[in-house]
Amino acid sequence: MAQASLPAKSMRVGEMGLMAAMAGLAAFSLLVASKAWTPEYGFHAWLFVIGSVAAIGAIFKYYSSRPAETPQMIDGLPNYNYGPVKFSALMGVFWGIAGFTVGLLVALELAFPELINGLPWTNFGRLRPLHTSAVIFAFGGNVLLATSLYVVQRTSRARLAGELAPWFVVLGYNFFILIAGTGYLLGITRSHEYAEPEWYAILWLVVVWVTYLLVFLGTLWKRAEPHIYVANWFYLAFIVTIAMLVLGNNTEVPVSIYSSKSYPVWSGVQDAMIQWWYGHNAVGFFLTAGFLAIMYYFVPKRADRPVYSYRLSIVHFWALIFLYIWAGPHHLHYTALPDWAQTLGMTFSIILWMPSWGGMINGLMTLSGAWDKLRTDPVLRMLVVSVAFYGMSTFEGPLMSVKAVNALSHYTDWGIGHVHSGSLGWVGFVSFGALYCLIPWVFNRKLYSLKLVDWHFWLATIGIVFYISAMWVAGIMQGLMWRAYTPEGFLQYSFVETVEAMHPMYVIRALGGGLFVLGSLIMAYNFYKTLTASQTEEVAGRPALAPAE
Amino acid sequence: MATAQPSSIWQKHAVFEKNSIVLLLGILVAVAIGGLVEIVPLFFLKGTIEEVKGVRPYSPLELAGFNIYVREGCYLCHSQMIRPLRDEVERYGHYSLAAESMYDHPFQWGSKRSGPDLARVGGKYSDDWHRDHMRNPRAVVPASIMPSYPFLEKTPLDYSHIADNMKTLSIVGVPYTQEMIDNAEKDIVAQTSGDAAVAKRYSNAISRDIGGKPTELDALIAYLQRLGTQVDFKLYDDKANIR
Repeated sequence: MAQASLPAKSMRVGEMGLMAAMAGLAAFSLLVASKAWTPEYGFHAWLFVIGSVAAIGAIFKYYSSRPAETPQMIDGLPNYNYGPVKFSALMGVFWGIAGFTVGLLVALELAFPELINGLPWTNFGRLRPLHTSAVIFAFGGNVLLATSLYVVQRTSRARLAGELAPWFVVLGYNFFILIAGTGYLLGITRSHEYAEPEWYAILWLVVVWVTYLLVFLGTLWKRAEPHIYVANWFYLAFIVTIAMLVLGNNTEVPVSIYSSKSYPVWSGVQDAMIQWWYGHNAVGFFLTAGFLAIMYYFVPKRADRPVYSYRLSIVHFWALIFLYIWAGPHHLHYTALPDWAQTLGMTFSIILWMPSWGGMINGLMTLSGAWDKLRTDPVLRMLVVSVAFYGMSTFEGPLMSVKAVNALSHYTDWGIGHVHSGSLGWVGFVSFGALYCLIPWVFNRKLYSLKLVDWHFWLATIGIVFYISAMWVAGIMQGLMWRAYTPEGFLQYSFVETVEAMHPMYVIRALGGGLFVLGSLIMAYNFYKTLTASQTEEVAGRPALAPAE
Repeated sequence: MATAQPSSIWQKHAVFEKNSIVLLLGILVAVAIGGLVEIVPLFFLKGTIEEVKGVRPYSPLELAGFNIYVREGCYLCHSQMIRPLRDEVERYGHYSLAAESMYDHPFQWGSKRSGPDLARVGGKYSDDWHRDHMRNPRAVVPASIMPSYPFLEKTPLDYSHIADNMKTLSIVGVPYTQEMIDNAEKDIVAQTSGDAAVAKRYSNAISRDIGGKPTELDALIAYLQRLGTQVDFKLYDDKANIR
């Protein structure tokens, strides 16, 4: 930052450059909007026009209200930049409720197919990607953005790198969510699970993501601590690997810049392998590495204990990121993928059990000497139960990757149950726990009610138990019915008989999902009151500075 | 910080902890290896896709149907990958071969069977059955949980850009010839007006007379009726590709 003391503030290069880029994007999007082949794509082009024009206005407003020079330190303390953290934390809450609710809706559609029926944009095939993307990328993604931008500042004892860049990351990412989500409803999809957004949404995401990486690295470069804290290793692995996976899986050729449609370069068996290399590691690096970073910061912080073992963190980190990448082919057992690849996938999936549990042990044992807090602090309880769910689903995963087990479990609801014990139990709870810590910290408010956290915890826990037990029963039952033979040697059940048999389980699953949604609504109310209720007592000081190692 | 001996390997790890670029490069190396080993050979090993007769690119009408199948997210409930397990082969037919999806950009193997596998659904039901079924699945299968798609038969098929789609597919390796691309729109009319000429460019393409004005449903049915019918398993020698 230049030290020259200018009498009046002038526009920074970044501000002018970004305004020019946004003006260019607006003009280009206008051209595309005027020539789009389909109204759906035209609608998206208009969203780009509106978004980029709004960005120009926002940058100008930011320029006119900011001081000439943003101080890096105030009174000897880093002048932390919490604006983008606050925004993405609140967006996380919003998208979480939206995503859980759509999940409940699709669960009800499977239980009661006539509930809402016959409209293109409410059919299961279009709503299901909306649900998965909303919970993984919108809810999970915003929680990761909020926590990573917070943790990297606190553990580096430095203000975020860039002033506009962090805002560009959080706003740009949520704009990507908007494009992706509306696209699914309008039938714009690449039909790769968890990688449905079309080429132009991905191009936009790549720009946002590279900026994210630079903000993160730039903040590390400014750090006042010699060591990079372990949570940041995991965040960095998440950012870098997701970039690699998205670029690999989205190698595609658009039909035209006026068309939303593209065709992937890969086809058939290679496309399948690359998709599950991506898909399994979206789990491994988005839903695991990123959220392990949350564990490594928020569990020690909340328990007020150091991380159990520094050496275990090192082993956990490198073993996890090296092994995870190999596990993709277990999604393709007994398919036309060559056997050698299936065997590799199974082998590494089983080995992966070890670093996963190493990480779980490191998280749980961090509570040594502080176990009593589980009785009094429902937020810490949420964080700890999330780690327990992590342990459970990372045991179940390797089990299901064994070919003999997979022959039964694949294509059934067992997979859905497995995913949800990981996503509701691990990702959901660790996110809730982090948000219950983070939102009071960054807004400098006291959490409105711990009692409501308790309610959230128990409703969600009971909901998850209903959900996953129903899916275990449904999945194993259907798998067994598919392969059941009569004594005469004929297949015993028609396909639709196995569908009928699952109806009660689908109702129980929807009930469990409903409880989970209810819990998240209580959380939102709790945050609403935290931010708006008058607080008589002063918050007991800002949180202590985090030691970086 | 660990109370390690000066020579301890744990202390050497500090090089990653003190330099973000070294850490970044370390991560890149660690995460690149698995993917390279598992993916790259698939493009070079001959055994990955077995040689079979009969697999051809989609006719323009079938391609339009494929795009609708993708658009509606059918793959989320229907797999197109029959595993070589006794019950699956008896329920759905011969296990799927890699060659059968070699022109599917993107692949439609799926991962969940909320409905049955469709890899060999072609020819199993009549066009009329599909029509009734898509309009309201519970009219033909009372316990079905599939959504209804009544809007498909009400929407005329927009194939004004089908040639552009085929051109793009030829860029990514589907063997569409210039002649096929030039005649794309004509072939759609031919395949929906009972004109057998379409079978000249697309072997065994079924042409039905529905007046040459297809709806989205007609395209989807043309795609479904072709699924799994290309390889003649009476002639297929499943030992021939063992290398």
